[in-house]
Amino acid sequence: MYDMKALYEAESVSEAIQLLQEHPEAQIIAGGSDVLVQMREGKRAGAELVSIYMIDALRGITMEDDGTIRIGSLTSFSHITKDPIIQKYINVLGEAVDMVGGPQIRNIGTIGGNTCNGVTSADSASTLHAWDAIVELTGPEGVRRTPIKDFYIRAGKVDLKPAEIETAILIPKAAYEGYHGHYIKYAMRNAMDIATLGCSVNVKLTENKERIEDARIAYGVAGPVPMRAPHAEEYARGKALTEETIDIFSKSVLEDINPRDSWRASKAFREHISQVLAGRALRESIRLAGGEIHG
Amino acid sequence: MEEKGSVLGKSVKRVDAHDKVCGITKYTDDLCGKSLVARVLHSTIAHGRVLSIDCSEAEKIPGVVKIVTCFDAPKNYFPTAGHPWSTDPAHQDVADRLMLNEHVRLYGDDVAAVVAEDEVAAAQALRAIHVEYEEYPFVLDVQKAMEDGAPQLHEAFPNNILKHTSIRNGNYEEACKEPGLIKVEGWYDTPTVQHCHIENFICYAEMDKGRIVVTASTQIPHIVRRVVGQALGIPWGKVRVIKPYIGGGFGNKQDVLYEPLCAWLCTLVGGRRVKLDCTREETFVCNRVRHAIRGHIISWVRPDGTYAARKLELFSNQGAYASHGHSIAAKGMGAFPQMYPCPNVDADSYTVFTNRPAAGAMRGYGIPQAMFLFESHTDDVAKAIGMSPLEFRQKNLMPVGFTDAFSKNVLYTDSYNQCIDKARVYMDYDRKYKEYAQQEGPIRRGIGLAAFWYNTAVWPISLESSSCRMVLNQDGSVQVQVGETEIGQGADTTFTQMTADTLGIPLENVHVISCQDTDVTPFGTGAYASRQTYVAGFSIHQTALLLKERILDYAHELTRMPTAILDIVDGMIVRKTDLQVQMSLEELAMEALYSLSHSEHLTAESTYQIKSNAYSFGCTIAEVEVDIPACRATLLNVINVHDCGRLINPALAEAQVHGGMSMGIGYGLSEQLLFDEKTGRPLNNNLLDYKLSTFMDHPHLEAEFVENYEPTSVYGTKALGEPPVCSVAPAIRNAILQATGVAVNELPLNPHNLFRRFHEEGLV
Repeated sequence: MYDMKALYEAESVSEAIQLLQEHPEAQIIAGGSDVLVQMREGKRAGAELVSIYMIDALRGITMEDDGTIRIGSLTSFSHITKDPIIQKYINVLGEAVDMVGGPQIRNIGTIGGNTCNGVTSADSASTLHAWDAIVELTGPEGVRRTPIKDFYIRAGKVDLKPAEIETAILIPKAAYEGYHGHYIKYAMRNAMDIATLGCSVNVKLTENKERIEDARIAYGVAGPVPMRAPHAEEYARGKALTEETIDIFSKSVLEDINPRDSWRASKAFREHISQVLAGRALRESIRLAGGEIHG
Repeated sequence: MEEKGSVLGKSVKRVDAHDKVCGITKYTDDLCGKSLVARVLHSTIAHGRVLSIDCSEAEKIPGVVKIVTCFDAPKNYFPTAGHPWSTDPAHQDVADRLMLNEHVRLYGDDVAAVVAEDEVAAAQALRAIHVEYEEYPFVLDVQKAMEDGAPQLHEAFPNNILKHTSIRNGNYEEACKEPGLIKVEGWYDTPTVQHCHIENFICYAEMDKGRIVVTASTQIPHIVRRVVGQALGIPWGKVRVIKPYIGGGFGNKQDVLYEPLCAWLCTLVGGRRVKLDCTREETFVCNRVRHAIRGHIISWVRPDGTYAARKLELFSNQGAYASHGHSIAAKGMGAFPQMYPCPNVDADSYTVFTNRPAAGAMRGYGIPQAMFLFESHTDDVAKAIGMSPLEFRQKNLMPVGFTDAFSKNVLYTDSYNQCIDKARVYMDYDRKYKEYAQQEGPIRRGIGLAAFWYNTAVWPISLESSSCRMVLNQDGSVQVQVGETEIGQGADTTFTQMTADTLGIPLENVHVISCQDTDVTPFGTGAYASRQTYVAGFSIHQTALLLKERILDYAHELTRMPTAILDIVDGMIVRKTDLQVQMSLEELAMEALYSLSHSEHLTAESTYQIKSNAYSFGCTIAEVEVDIPACRATLLNVINVHDCGRLINPALAEAQVHGGMSMGIGYGLSEQLLFDEKTGRPLNNNLLDYKLSTFMDHPHLEAEFVENYEPTSVYGTKALGEPPVCSVAPAIRNAILQATGVAVNELPLNPHNLFRRFHEEGLV
């Protein structure tokens, strides 16, 4: 039994926007795996809800003409993991969201909800950052697109304007073509957990597979919002595939990340694990890209 | 024992399996139907006094029926431990509880309660109540709570010490002066953890003809009756307690929880049905937890691996209220001089109040904590004198024939060595121990051994009695009732097997009445310790023989054969001399009930008082892989071997061990209830942040047995309920020690503690 004032069910994006305009205090609900939990805790008790869960147009993964991968914001984690386009081009995203909670949560939880929550620990978030994802938002003024790093404003706060909903996540062709990636979720148990730290790396090797042409690394829980580690990325460009490269790359992440002391983990612990994960995720990404690391 | 093609020792199907699998079985909430809803308002400070409570806003909320505060609650102090009552005031449990408290002693203490038409109105009312507190300093650490000047929780207990007991064997001070001794000393620490049974605590109460009927998810219905009577200050016969199937208890429900409050609230709303259903968050904080126990051990050992003298100090964190109190630490301490006998032992245990959730019974009752302390230390001693942990244990563990002076328990068989040998073979321990002795690199493996000490029941510490009733039906089947409760462990099934065996009737003709109703169920104190099969076995056996005697007496009337040559075999009255079937039990029962010349309802009822107890020993071997840079230990293989006497039902026994091993893995690797040092607030009282281990964290769980028939038991059986959890954590700890050379003396062995220790030792 939930303490809700009203539930408005939208059947199209335009109807959802209209409902949100009519009920400016309303909370958007999709799968409900976060919102309902918060209501039970009393945090959103008595809220009005606008449900977008019935808008099937926001489900599914397609490839656009220019090669952009379009993920409808209501696509569930389990559908992302099983999707052939994801598996072929950005399999790491499917692997990452397959680590969310348990099977029931992955069936009900959506990637739109996971990003709009604005939490740093979301398993999709670091990988989407690492792939330079674009967030598509639709509101009364029409459609706008924003890079995911700008979408996250602060912990729990994203750039969602009044009566706006997230309609898709887009991965441009230039962001994924030739790249291979790996995500490591570091958690206290192997299922039903949130990340103590998440690290997603992808690399593009030079044609001869001797050097790193480009590397991207993003973290969850290394700061208040998901973040990239530009110093490490800058360092990696053009470097040979050696143990030294991996070692310096790993250490460089400390230039950028800013984990905090909390009861969930100490700053010292998170900084240590950040380096371990950076090295391991880079190593695996290079392997997936067909490279070989030399002593 | 006469076996006669016995149903004992067979893996017969659980009697409740079909209905549970099909979702037919009814639990408390299924039975409740329409009711009012009660919710408790909990304090938001760890220690202090309620100055005032303003309910005026809350009372205006539609659907709110009644609000009561700590100022309204009766001042009948009552105890909550699920112990048998003692008629000797000196041995009664500490009565330090009220239903609602003005003096709050933990963050989450109960200060007011709301009764409403539904959950939403109740939750809204809780948010609308305003409480004004006077705050006191609080203390969470067990040793800090003992210091002079520490915040005092209960006036009657200076320095917060609920109880301190000691053991003085031989002369420790003199014995440790022996030349050439090696001193090994260590501090070991265990965390506050919770039972995490699937079904949270729930109860409902209603009035019927001036009496209060409480239906509760409890292990101890007859004790709940007594405590509800004590708390409300009413005659115990005015209370009727019904215990349906329950979704686990593990000792949390071996305590009286919110049954008194719910019963009282019911009386305030005209006897209407009131339900009190704890949330998971409340279950962690406002029910009971396992005592966090810290220990300090000093061993003086000779180079040949024998002990000269040993010293133990235990500090048991009781939390805010006495509950089971010192029994837990005392049991843990009691194992110390027994497990590794040594002539000179000094031991002290302290149970100390702190502003944490109240600690009570939890599977193992102090022994999982004690075994982490003792068995971690055992490996430290072996390492210090350069002996293998296996050889050291073989040399020092309790020998056959050992008799404990207090309990009179005797070790009749070489259980320890037999269990260890079986585990060694399964794990290929000797080879792996050598192979893992010298390792380099970031990923290393280790293998660890830990044994455990346990005993079955509570004699001679408290009353041990079991009562049973059997009633013969027209078709030759029987109803069986005992006070020992089914709490998921399979008790009803083993009781069915015992009855069928002793009475001589087919299993399907035994109907164990699972539900205990204090109005009709024979008196028994419920499910606790690891005593159900042992204790109920005596009264089932005695009562079945009594019923059998009555049946055969009646058979004598019908057959004119002397009872001495009659028997019941597979539901038939048989003449033993030629095995000729005289009649079926059904024919006899029909005649007995409907005879115009001699009608008799054949029943039997008896109490058996048990004045014995039985050791139950075993071990764990664990193999781990430690990823040093990632500060993570993964359990690769694990085996438990138990000597719990004769197995009544091997499949259920194995399942019991699997469950206990799982609990031990969580205890060893991940579980810990955390508190904010600044406020005393519990930080992770939910199943996301409290890291109960999942299937994905378990390797295959191997459970094996050594079946030494227990000579004091009527069915040859002894403890298995709690023992499987006792030795898992120290085995994992000892495996990590072998893999890395790093002794981690603080549970859980999670990445945070491994990082801290690896960093201290220069590994990361």
